[in-house]
Amino acid sequence: MEQDTIERIKEQIAQNSILLYMKGSPKLPSCGFSSQASQALMSCGEKFAFVDILQNPDIRAELPKYAEWPTFPQLWVEGELVGGCDIIMEMYQKGELQELIKEAASKAASEE
Amino acid sequence: MSTEAVIEQKLLAAFSPVFLDVLNESHKHNVPPGSESHFKVIIVSPDFEGERLIKRHRAVNAVLATELAEKIHALALHTYTEKEWSDYYEENTPLSPKCLGGGKRSATPKA
Repeated sequence: MEQDTIERIKEQIAQNSILLYMKGSPKLPSCGFSSQASQALMSCGEKFAFVDILQNPDIRAELPKYAEWPTFPQLWVEGELVGGCDIIMEMYQKGELQELIKEAASKAASEE
Repeated sequence: MSTEAVIEQKLLAAFSPVFLDVLNESHKHNVPPGSESHFKVIIVSPDFEGERLIKRHRAVNAVLATELAEKIHALALHTYTEKEWSDYYEENTPLSPKCLGGGKRSATPKA
């Protein structure tokens, strides 16, 4: 069971070059930190995938261990954990997030 | 000892910070009065020099692993080098976002 969840997480991370694990959805976030993170990501202007961990309690339980990251949201880009809300916001304010997301999106598009 | 004090002690010992602020922000969230669940930490340390944010946060998370596993629900982290602090963040410390209710959100969201 736990192993199945880890496999699912790995698949999600591998198949979505920009992926946000969050509480709620970008349109209806359930937590202030998830809300900030998804807003910053949306304003980068690229499509991204998200997983609502409140709807997926198994992922909520397993991902922190797999990621060695205790909290949500978590932003994964090209298979790597970028960070949580505070890192996302600080990168966004410096313009680094926009750069990273644009690059990942154009790479993903050219691979399709 | 309060969780707030434990966080403070552990971070002081681990990072020899030049500035450290541990704030209990639990009262802003959907938890009973007097809770110690939501914290914000601002920490300025020479240890962060040349390290990316994810590595700095991982280092802090590691020091507070027990508290994160058992007590802390949310930990806002602001980790700076001395230069980042004096150049910008000392005057512009980020605010934590408003609570949206978390898993216990009512049918009609407040925001």
